[in-house]
Amino acid sequence: MIIKKSELNAVLDKLLAGYQVYAPVKEGNYAVFKQIANGGQAYLGYSNSKIPPKGILFPQSEKLYSYSVTAEGARVEEHIDGSKKVVFGIRPCDAKSITLLDFVFNNDKYTDPYYMTRRNNTVLVGLGCNQPAPTCFCTSMQSGPFASEGMDVMLVDIGEGYVAQALTDKGKELLAGLGLPEASADDQKAAEDVKAAAVVSCQVNTEGLKAKLDAGFDDPVWNRIYEKCLGCAACTYLCPTCHCFDIVDDAVDCNGCRVRNWDACMFPLFTLHGSGHNPRPSGKERWRQRVMHKFKYFVDNFNATACVGCGRCIKNCPVNLDIREVLADILGSEARLDK
Amino acid sequence: MQELAAAIRETARKLLEEKTVDLVIGFASGSLPLRSTPCFIRKPEDAAKLVFDAGCENNLANYLRQRDEKVAVVAKGCDTRAIVVLLQENQIKRDNLYIIGVPCQGMIDRVKIDALLDGKDLLAAEVQGEAVTLKTAAGEKQVALVDVLHDTCKTCQYGNPVIYDVLLGEPVKPRQADDFADVKAFEALSPAERKARLTEEFSKCIRCYACRNACPMCYCSECFVDCSTPIWIKKSVDPADNMMFQAVRVFHLAGRCADCGACDRACPMGLNLRTMTRKLVMDVKELFGYEAGVNLDAKPALSEFAFDDPQPFLVKE
Repeated sequence: MIIKKSELNAVLDKLLAGYQVYAPVKEGNYAVFKQIANGGQAYLGYSNSKIPPKGILFPQSEKLYSYSVTAEGARVEEHIDGSKKVVFGIRPCDAKSITLLDFVFNNDKYTDPYYMTRRNNTVLVGLGCNQPAPTCFCTSMQSGPFASEGMDVMLVDIGEGYVAQALTDKGKELLAGLGLPEASADDQKAAEDVKAAAVVSCQVNTEGLKAKLDAGFDDPVWNRIYEKCLGCAACTYLCPTCHCFDIVDDAVDCNGCRVRNWDACMFPLFTLHGSGHNPRPSGKERWRQRVMHKFKYFVDNFNATACVGCGRCIKNCPVNLDIREVLADILGSEARLDK
Repeated sequence: MQELAAAIRETARKLLEEKTVDLVIGFASGSLPLRSTPCFIRKPEDAAKLVFDAGCENNLANYLRQRDEKVAVVAKGCDTRAIVVLLQENQIKRDNLYIIGVPCQGMIDRVKIDALLDGKDLLAAEVQGEAVTLKTAAGEKQVALVDVLHDTCKTCQYGNPVIYDVLLGEPVKPRQADDFADVKAFEALSPAERKARLTEEFSKCIRCYACRNACPMCYCSECFVDCSTPIWIKKSVDPADNMMFQAVRVFHLAGRCADCGACDRACPMGLNLRTMTRKLVMDVKELFGYEAGVNLDAKPALSEFAFDDPQPFLVKE
């Protein structure tokens, strides 16, 4: 099927009748995913959003339930969001990241009702990347500019419109409701040409990385990697796969709510024990954890790397501590950032 | 700039070779265009990695506290001001520090570059004299260096280091006096307008604390935001608490802020944090005639009381 660019706003308006629609919205110099009220707010001319769309399914601050004490007793009200949502224009790396979050929030040990209810009610409409950014390294992380993993529908920008392909039943249902015209053979051909022309120039060598990390907990390389790190959470909060959280009560006396907030392994408080002991006392242990979690523990647990190569941590680090260079340092390789 | 970088490399190599210091902290080439990155050099042969250009925007004073080894640091004017404050606050031992002072013409603000490129990715850039050439997939574009400098650099009165052990390069000419026009414009707004402006700005904050961590002066072992007894601000992100965090952060910096702009530069969301810090810089200057980090021997504004200190908050004068 095809969505003509001139029809895009109308298509989004149509979706708004049945779903909450989240799309990239321009804010100053960057795009962020926001719930839109009309199709005109969507802005698809971006390489990638500043904040990953993971927050739509796993909000930065999420009220799990609220409670109050009254004369009759305690009252607890659970907040489970079962509204139907569409995430429109999600990039392949971010769509893949959601399949990785699925491992965390839905596995044989635990199913998270808050995340999973949203997830099951959300349709992901992906948008392939005609022009990947210079910081993108998705092809080194089992993804690519037109990888469709995690998407229900995939869009390919062919200039005057988007060729839309349903990939799941959810996607078929969504497209069926829009009454779109079929894409012509020429449109299909144009989409294939666009896919073939997209180049991810940056390659990151990960050969032997897992083996190196398996044996490398005490490697002296950790003494150097963290040195310039400021210990802020820009990299983790802007990472589409980072999912650590902290649960706190926002309450006055006995009335309030229990909230789940994003947390970051870069903060000293992250592992501070009640005793005052901190098993990760410096940036060295924190950086080791960040790398180990993404490239070893996640692989051990779910047979997947918890990095999708979106490049946000590279673009946003205040001191230019580049994950590509960190991986090269660990591997002792000079071959990095191939241009 | 090339000659200055060469002089830095030569000085660093010598300091390490002669074992005057164990470590040199400076800048190396970064992985993005117009971006240099802090680096730590321990071997004389590695001094060749050092660079100095318009991408050296970080304040290296941030890395000097609580070090046991002897350290040399490549310091711009703003870095040296921060060093002075940290020396006054007993956070650095002067005997263990060797300051390689470098005059600074100003650093490039990549947020301004992004604004000029309208969503296009910067692939490469070159600074030649007063012009910067930007290369994107859509072609090349030339901009004037002065138009893309950080605002901090445009009003900076201390391009030349205020304290050093060796001064490399040619001193830069002083800039036009800072009239705090940005702060005054903000002050001229009505309280409701100011609140609306701040609410809009701080609704973008993701509480990553990059501003706090990038600030050389923010070194409390426990930040008030992390304190759980009592809870000063909520852990959850909302504009009111985000604003509260910034307000307290800024007040903690009253009379200590060297106006280096590190907080503003570090913010991944591009928030304007500087108008707030500069309000305090301006007030301390106007009320007490004090500028932080300019003179090692001056008594910090908050450490001194004089009977003729203005107290407009107590009695109308």
